[in-house]
Amino acid sequence: MLEIKNLHARVDGNEILEGISLTVKAGEIHAVMGPNGSGKSTLAKILSGHPSYEVADGQILFEKNNLLEMDAEERSLSGIFMGFQYPVEVPGVNNAEFLRMAFNARRVRDGEEEIDPLDFDELLSEKMKMLKMENKYKERNLNDGFSGGEKKKNEILQMAILKPKLAILDETDSGLDIDALRTVAEGVNSLRNEKNALILITHYQRLLDYIKPDFVHVLHKGKIVKSGDKALAIELESQGYDWVTTEN
Amino acid sequence: MNAETTAERNSVSDILENDTYKYGFTTDVESETFAKGLSEDVVRAISAKKKEPAFMLDFRLRAFAKWKTMKAPKWPNVRYPSIDFQNISYYSAPKKKKQLQSLDEVDPEVMRTFEKLGIPLDEQKKLANVAVDAVFDSVSVATTHKKKLMEAGIIFCPISEALAEYPELVEQYLGTVVPIGDNFYAALNSAVFTDGSFVYIPPDTISPMEISTYFRINTEETGQFERTLIICAENSYVSYLEGCTAPQFDTNQLHAAVVELITLENAEIKYSTVQNWYAGDKETGKGGVYNFVTKRGKCRGDNSKISWTQVETGSAITWKYPSCILQGDNTSGEFYSVALTNGYMQADTGTKMIHLGKNTRSSIISKGISADHSSNSYRGQVKVGKNATNARNYSQCDSMLVGGKSSAHTFPYIEAANRSVQIEHEASTSRISEEQLFYFESRGISRENAIEAVISGFCKEVFKQLPMEFAVEAQKLLTLKLENSVG
Ligand SMILES: Nc1ncnc2c1ncn2[C@@H]1O[C@H](COP(=O)(O)OP(=O)(O)OP(=O)(O)O)[C@@H](O)[C@H]1O
Ligand SMILES: [Mg+2]
Repeated sequence: MLEIKNLHARVDGNEILEGISLTVKAGEIHAVMGPNGSGKSTLAKILSGHPSYEVADGQILFEKNNLLEMDAEERSLSGIFMGFQYPVEVPGVNNAEFLRMAFNARRVRDGEEEIDPLDFDELLSEKMKMLKMENKYKERNLNDGFSGGEKKKNEILQMAILKPKLAILDETDSGLDIDALRTVAEGVNSLRNEKNALILITHYQRLLDYIKPDFVHVLHKGKIVKSGDKALAIELESQGYDWVTTEN
Repeated sequence: MNAETTAERNSVSDILENDTYKYGFTTDVESETFAKGLSEDVVRAISAKKKEPAFMLDFRLRAFAKWKTMKAPKWPNVRYPSIDFQNISYYSAPKKKKQLQSLDEVDPEVMRTFEKLGIPLDEQKKLANVAVDAVFDSVSVATTHKKKLMEAGIIFCPISEALAEYPELVEQYLGTVVPIGDNFYAALNSAVFTDGSFVYIPPDTISPMEISTYFRINTEETGQFERTLIICAENSYVSYLEGCTAPQFDTNQLHAAVVELITLENAEIKYSTVQNWYAGDKETGKGGVYNFVTKRGKCRGDNSKISWTQVETGSAITWKYPSCILQGDNTSGEFYSVALTNGYMQADTGTKMIHLGKNTRSSIISKGISADHSSNSYRGQVKVGKNATNARNYSQCDSMLVGGKSSAHTFPYIEAANRSVQIEHEASTSRISEEQLFYFESRGISRENAIEAVISGFCKEVFKQLPMEFAVEAQKLLTLKLENSVG
């Protein structure tokens, strides 16, 4: 599904990713861990097409297409979703309205008619129920004044509505309380199937107890310094990053 | 008759008859225009040319005398080279706009805007003044509308026609809201205006449709010094629409219009404007229209109401403060405004609410959007007289900055001469950021739709005041203007 080959990337002239290679197949879950500032969010933003990051070298293929030739909008429409570490607030734009615009953008791309607002409302209610979100979040403005945890839940709500093929969740677990973490994890699990894939960026192995990764990668200074299975995450939790980073 | 007046009369006829070198007008196939320059003779010549009643000439002459003693205002927060008033021609007979044979002849830039605004083909033809076919005959539309209005007893005609047919109505109301010497540009307009609209709604009448200047001016060039007078008699209502979203090019750089609204007891006027004058070269600001307008309404009768809604998107320089004088008891004034500036545009707009009657209410909702290198100022005055007990005002001024080089300024002035007044003022500044747009795009929403969503959210309270189709177009227009400015 996704093939990243020798990816080098810069922002404002600083080299942040220094040769990342990663292959994700349909049905797989990959966890990406690593110390602060190691480049995890950078990788996520590059995958979703953020214009501030400059790819200096390397290649990214998504379902055999050259991802680097697509802008953020096209990437989203072709099935990539990034749950932001810090979702931006958009005052004045209604949350439900925003979700409907995103949903309809797909419909329009597929040459279908826009969804009936009442049907959409029903769909939205169903997904919000699954995530234990109160109805009032429909009426609120997009992330405007949302608490840290509410913002994260709202990201997963978007994912549930958009049903991406590849979701990259950047520290979705940070900021969620224990119950919310479980709800969100259950939500994410319920969206899984053998055709889609997941990249989970996290600092905590607790999330990985709920959403079980097939692979765990450790990112350090813009490189993947170690890859393994779930056991690697457990080991990191007890030992910290020193043992992987000093080995190199 | 003394020598001086004879001499004067001679020079007026000189101007009219074109027999001297100094004056005279150039007559080409489509228009006749006075030579450049302004003097009392020119003012007399305008009045004579239009065969106006004596009171009108007197009005113009008093205005001219006043104007000569005045100086162009320096206080607005705008910069422009000073205008040479002798280098303008003050009379040009209503000139037919050039009729085009097909849309292929229309400026491609204008066509692009039409497309983006989603204006239907027939409408495009009408706006671009393409000879219209049987499907959409603008002339017949205009006449059916006129007939409908006449049946209701409503007068809607060019002000020059009103001067000929209803001189006593014009005399009774003209200049009662904006006195001839009100300000430099109003004085100039009072001296030299050549045309504009006149509306009179008789008592107990609800206008059966929105009245729009469009029906009148679409085949004529808008005058440089337009004059509009709207009177709404007891228990009547009218909604009036000025301008359109299609880009307006004009060879006249200076525009100084005056609009006066008058409501009698229990009457209501709702006046909406969408303005999209050419703003000049986006990179240099050269060549754009200077729009210096005096718009004011007077709620004369008790329980009457005047509401201004404006969407300002064009002009190199805009200087405009639609205001309300709340004279009757229990009257109310409203001002809803969206002013967008981009490129090198400068706008200094706002409102004045003058509370004179008891229990008067006013509310001001101002949304300023500034992009690129533009400067956008809100200037609002709330003044409460000593007899205006229990007056209330609510003002909300929000600014949105787009990109990093634009500026927004807010200048509220409050004066209250009695203690029973309640005045509330709120202000905020926000920004459309690249991060916000990326957020939309990362959900598959186009940049264009993203800007539209953010802007329409920001302007919601104002757009909701506009007639539906107008609101949709206005929203698209703002989006179009901002598309390249975020970053
Ligand atoms: N615009 C920028 N200019 C300069 N440096 C930047 C810029 N954006 C990101 N960086 C740097 O790139 C590095 C990687 O940042 P990134 O956000 O990818 O880290 P991360 O692994 O997600 O960290 P965290 O675990 O704290 O979220 C950091 O050192 C950061 O300061
Ligand atoms: Mg991060």
